[in-house]
Amino acid sequence: MRFFRIALLVLKKDFAIELKSYEILSTTLFFAVSCVAIFSFAFVKEGEAAVDAAAGILWIAIAFSGTLALGRTFERERYGETLKALLLAPAPRPAIYLGKLLGIVALLFVTELIVVPMVAFLFQAPFFERPLLLVALLGLGTLGYAAVGTLFAAMLVRARTRDVMLPILLYPITIPVIIAGVRGTSALLASPVDEPVATLWIGLLMFFDVVFVTLSLWTFEPLMTE
Amino acid sequence: MTTRNRWFVPVLVLTAVMFAYSPIAIANAPYEVTMRLVQKIFYYHFPTWMALTVTVTVCTAASLLFLFRGTPLADRVAVAAAELTVVFGLFGLVSGSLWGRKAWGVWWQWDARLTMAFLLELIFIGYLLVRKFGGPGSDKLAAAMGIFGGATAPFVYKSVDWWRTVHPKTSVVMTLIPSMWYVILFCTATFLLLAALILAARVRLESLRAELDRQYLALED
Repeated sequence: MRFFRIALLVLKKDFAIELKSYEILSTTLFFAVSCVAIFSFAFVKEGEAAVDAAAGILWIAIAFSGTLALGRTFERERYGETLKALLLAPAPRPAIYLGKLLGIVALLFVTELIVVPMVAFLFQAPFFERPLLLVALLGLGTLGYAAVGTLFAAMLVRARTRDVMLPILLYPITIPVIIAGVRGTSALLASPVDEPVATLWIGLLMFFDVVFVTLSLWTFEPLMTE
Repeated sequence: MTTRNRWFVPVLVLTAVMFAYSPIAIANAPYEVTMRLVQKIFYYHFPTWMALTVTVTVCTAASLLFLFRGTPLADRVAVAAAELTVVFGLFGLVSGSLWGRKAWGVWWQWDARLTMAFLLELIFIGYLLVRKFGGPGSDKLAAAMGIFGGATAPFVYKSVDWWRTVHPKTSVVMTLIPSMWYVILFCTATFLLLAALILAARVRLESLRAELDRQYLALED
């Protein structure tokens, strides 16, 4: 129980800082929206959206803005020189990781609340035919992406080249999440809705999440020890 | 580990002889019914991927060992294995691409194995990049890359497998006639020996470097 209390404390701390300025939330949202806007210039011709583009664009926007948010979250810790204090706190390291992860996931959920309707609107994509399946896909996909991302962003805090390294390391490893997210979402967009295929991808995402959250919790401690 | 292993030279000679003989063995192997001469590339293509499987596994295991135990030797083995993975991966992608051009009529297909191979190549290039440009503590960053890279491979495989597949299934290998089998096993053994040799040489180089650094620091003090 103490473990989860500490995780929630870390989350609360991050929220309190964020609510003072909305720095990360506003920049991430703005980035995601511009990303979708650029894609709509490229893929919507004469009012007709390119076939099957919506699912891909949604996930690319999530992945790109996720990288931005991940980088900023830990940049803030480094700037205030608070990371060392956080790590020195008499708390299990995995709990700190979990707190950070929950913060990133929450941030990305808010981004998705804006981006999904925007993609649906600009690309005439019927996202809301099966809302539960969509929520499952987005939730599990975001969790998997953020699980690996939080760990890598935390590790990279000390590296000089962290801004370049994060996407270089993160994208190849989270490709299964992107494939599952994109294929699953486009199954939802098909008419008629291809429910078995969407559930198949949800299953893969679940499995990915279990493996990578476990692996991250397990390796966070030795990785963050100098 | 700084002294030369006494097995190194004999194994080196053995591998060289096996490599010299392998083209003859391949030339003597019977033709495959549908692909004829083109199929011969398989005798080098398949062993490359076998060697790559071994180096990826070694890298992941060594990374885990380094991260949890901090053994310096494990780190050296992990770097060596990662470099070998990139080399074998490149060779496998090129030979596979040439084969694909002749057998399927296309250079590249987004099927499960090809995508997994491509992704592994990217991950291990990322591994080497982080080692080179990561700055202090990059050995741990790289170890994480090795562990997560190894863990993500099966997911990539499964996801692209569901997406689409044209690559011959593993069962194709099982249906080959015995005289082809011998050649494949021979070539696989040759490539595995080569991988072991380079790995040993590369680990020794890293050990020598570490020793040199240590002595240099001792001299400075």
